[in-house]
Formats: sequence, structure tokens, C-alpha cells
Amino acid sequence: MTRRPPWEALLLAAALAVPALGSRFYTFLANDVLIWALFATSLNLLVGYTGLVSFGHAAYFGIGAYTTGILMKKLGVPFLLAFPAAGVLAGAAALLFGFFCVRLTRIYFAMLTLAFAQIVWAICFKWNEVTGGEQGMPEIPYPSLDWMGRLPLLGELRTSDHFYLVSVVLVAACLGLLRRVVGSPFGRMLTTIRENAERAEFIGVNVRRYELAAFVLAGAFAGLAGGLFGIFNRGVFPDFAYWTKSSEVLIMTLLGGMGVFYGPALGALVLILLNQQIVSYTEYWPFVLGTILIVLLFVFPGGLAGAASTAVRRLRRAT
Amino acid sequence: MPDPSFIFAQSVSGLTAAMFLFLIASGLSLIFGVLRVLNFAHGTFYMLGAYTAFQLAQWIGNGTGRFWLAALGAAAAVAILGGLVERFLFRHLYGAEELYQLLFTYALVLVLSDAAKMIWGTQQKSVSAPPELAGKALSLFGAIIPYYNLFIILLGPTIALTFWLTLQRTRVGRFIRAAALDRETLGALGVNVDALYTWVFVLASFLGGLGGALISPMRATTPGMDTEIIVEAFVVVVIGGLGSFWGTFFGALIYGQVLSFGILFFPRFSIFAVFALMAAVLMVRPWGLLGRPLK
Repeated sequence: MTRRPPWEALLLAAALAVPALGSRFYTFLANDVLIWALFATSLNLLVGYTGLVSFGHAAYFGIGAYTTGILMKKLGVPFLLAFPAAGVLAGAAALLFGFFCVRLTRIYFAMLTLAFAQIVWAICFKWNEVTGGEQGMPEIPYPSLDWMGRLPLLGELRTSDHFYLVSVVLVAACLGLLRRVVGSPFGRMLTTIRENAERAEFIGVNVRRYELAAFVLAGAFAGLAGGLFGIFNRGVFPDFAYWTKSSEVLIMTLLGGMGVFYGPALGALVLILLNQQIVSYTEYWPFVLGTILIVLLFVFPGGLAGAASTAVRRLRRAT
Repeated sequence: MPDPSFIFAQSVSGLTAAMFLFLIASGLSLIFGVLRVLNFAHGTFYMLGAYTAFQLAQWIGNGTGRFWLAALGAAAAVAILGGLVERFLFRHLYGAEELYQLLFTYALVLVLSDAAKMIWGTQQKSVSAPPELAGKALSLFGAIIPYYNLFIILLGPTIALTFWLTLQRTRVGRFIRAAALDRETLGALGVNVDALYTWVFVLASFLGGLGGALISPMRATTPGMDTEIIVEAFVVVVIGGLGSFWGTFFGALIYGQVLSFGILFFPRFSIFAVFALMAAVLMVRPWGLLGRPLK
């Protein structure tokens, strides 16, 4: 048996080295990719591993973003508390909504998740006193990361770089946790439910409870991603929870490959880089995205990861 | 307590909104009933109907019956587009998972709405109401109802009845209802189900396009109206019952009234009330008030 190279550690090291390039733009892009990667991976737990198609995952992202944003901007709560709060609150909302959603199957499940997401969006959009309403909440402060400036090697960096490094560590920790979840007996059971919920029930598994647990976990991690995104974006806006956001993250998941752990992260990377390239040529990015999506659905339904593994299998057979 | 004439006016305005929504939601419901697909692109067909009506009205100029020609032409053009999309693209996804079908219709939203932006820009467009109906209003119980709104209020039930009679009494209508129940058996009996599906898409897109064309004198046509309306139409069909014909009509009526009275009682949260109603219906009867559960 050949030893697998430590991909995760290498990637983490590469991600930590990005600010050393000294370009504000690269750090910005990398931070964007990181957060979306976490968001898409959290959705993958539902769609890819449990087989629950949620069309309202942006709700939890939005709740997380507003939680951290409101706590830090209006109440002056330190990041150390405001960040986990995003996960806790989004997870609590997911518990409440999920309780009703997992009772329904397939298309009805998708519709109820969408309905709840629209409720969240409507609240964010209209509740001016708390969420800032339609205008959103600009100027979310960065966490106070002055201590990082006093560390060796980091003194030269900007605040946004410091925040980026914090994001790398937090996202890596979250992905590590999710990876453990997927590999655990619990995660195996989710896959069993995806493959055949009826049989899972026959062997005495409480399918709904497992689905609800997956829903809550996915919601909580989406909330954490949202918490980071609000700070990264320097503002929180109601469209974080709008249904089109939910489809965007679904597209990333699909592009990378559903049910493959790092697929959605890859999808986030490719889609964001592509967006950067294409936006410099044309303002019609949605048009391009729609075309990519159609090609993906018809030609590579397994996403990039699926296409790559097919290619590898063919090469192996050829040699 | 607000005075009765105000309440009456409010409920009439809710009724107008409801009839518009019915026009659009009936197409969405038809596609779901037969094809079991939630067509996000339906809102985009509605938007294209509005833009096409604007374009046709420009080309026709000041001829008589300009508005009616433009509206019908727009609906027909959108219907043809819907048919082409079904025939050449959507058909190949019937065997695929629901997620793929949903995302395909979303891809259509992205492509078509950007295409509309390329053609018509981001400026607001509007079509003036037909001279027969413009500028005149009916005074009823102290409420003032413009003729155009009256026309819409009467058009809704007319279309509903025509549609219902078609479904109940004609051969095609029977095929459509049969396809909703059991596609395979219908095919085995010698009906060309593929062609039937295309026609269902054409008919649904026609209704969506017509809705868009008819709304253009009342609301400005802008980019983004597609993602807004689809959510509203979606709420209507979920409340009434996806795939249920009268359910959609009923759902539209409820939606219109909840929205227009919600504004009275909680001005800012009427939209919230609508979504909450939808969620409540989904929790208790996921197949809607008048719908039937899927097998």
C-alpha cells in the first residue's frame, strides 16, 4: 500500500502562505473561496451524503451572518463569542425548521426548506430596527487582531490579512470536523439513508432523527460560514438569505461533485476564479453561469470530481 | 375599525393581484401536475412576455388594437420558446434526479433573464393600457376600480373556466389528466406522451407570457421581476395544491386577500404573513389545501 501524500496539510500550508504573496487581491479571493468552500461543504452533508435536497440553505448562512454582524457591530461582543454564536443560532434555526422539513419527502422537502428560507429573508428584509432592513448592515468591524501584529512574521501584514489567517484556521477546523462527521458511523448511516431510507428503517434506524441531526449540523456550519462572510464582506445584506443564494451554493456543490468530500470546495474555487476572469470581460456573468450549469447537467452530471474519477479509471484501464 | 368602503376597495385590489397571480401560477401548477417539475423559469417566461409585449407594441406603432395584438403576440412568442426548450433540452432530463431538473430550470432563469438584459437593457419599460380601458374607472360602493383592473378581475375566472372545461371535456384535456396520473399506461395505450408534454409546456408558457404582457400597463417591466414573481406564484400553488387546478385559483384568492389585508394590520410584515401561511400549509398538508398527495 502506498502512503497517501498529506494533501490536507499541504493545502493548509499553501493557504496560510497566500498573504506572503503580498497582493491584497489574492488574499481577498482566497478568503472568498474559503468561506464559500465551507458553506458548500456544509450543504454537501445534506445533499450529497444524506440525499436531502435543500433549496433554502442560504437561510442559515444569512442567520449566521446577521448573528455575528449584529453582535459585533451593535453590541460590541468580541469575535471569540460572536463567531460560535453564528453557528449556535443557525443550528437552532435549523433544528426548528428541520423538525418540520424532515417529515416531508423529496420535492416537498425542497419546497418547505425554500419556504422557510423565504421567511428568514422576509424578516431580514423588513425588520429595520434589528437587521437594517433593505439597506442591510454595512461596516461590520473586523475582530481585534492586534495581537497577531506582535507575532513574528505577521507584523507586516494588514488587518484583512490577519482576518484571512484567522479564517483559514477556522475553516480548516470546521472542514476537519465535518470530515470526521462524514467518516464516523453516524456519517455512514447518513449515506445508508441516502441509498435506501426504507431499508435503514427496517434495520431499526430512526431515519428522521438522523436526517434532522444532519440538517442541524449542515445549518450550523453554514451559519459559521455566514458569520465569517459578514465580516469579510464588511456588511450583511438581506440577499444573503434570498433563494438565488441557495441555488448558487447548490451549483457549487454540483460543479465540484456531490457526495465527494472536497468536491464542493473545489466547486467554490473554480466558480469564484471563473467569475473573476469572466467579470473582467463581460457583465453578463449569470448568462455564463447558466450556460456552464446546463453543460454540467447534460455532460458531467457527476461534477468535476466525478469527471476526474471517470478519466482516471479510463486511463488505468488503458495502461 | 376602517370604514366598509375602504375594506371593499382593499379586497378588490387583492382580487386584481390574485387574478394576475392565477394567470401565472396556473401554468406553474400545470407543469408540476403533469411533469412533476417545479419550473423556476416560469417567472422568466412571464418577464419575457412583458418585454416582448413592449417590443411588439413599439413595432406596431399606433394601430388600432395595438395592445391586444402585442399581448397575444407576446404570449404566442413565449409559448413557442417554452415548446422549444422542452423539446430540445428539458426532455432529456426526465429520467434524471429532481435536483437536476430544478437546477436546469434555474439555469434557464440565469440565461434567459440575462439575455433579456442584453436585448432590452436595464431601463424600465412599460406599455400603455388599451385606449378602450385606459383612464376610465368604475365607482362601486365608494371604491374606485379602474376599468383595466375590472378587465383583469373578469379575465381570471374566464380563463379559469376555459382551462377547466378544456381539461374536463376535451380529448387533449383528458390526455393531460391521464398523463398526470400515469404516464406509462397512457403511452402504452398509444398516446404520444412526448408530444403531449411539449404541448403542456407550450400551454403553460403561453399563460405565463400572457400574464407578463397583461401586467405591463400596471407595473413597470424591469430586470428582476422574474425572481420576484416566481416566489409569489410558488406560494400560491403551494397553498392551493401543486397540480390542482382549482387549488391554484383558490390559492391565488387567499394570497391576494392575505397580502392586501396584511398590509392594513401589519404594514411591514404582510409578506412575512404570506410565507408563514405557506409554511403552515406545507407542514399540515404538504400537497396543499385542494391538492392530492403524490404516490
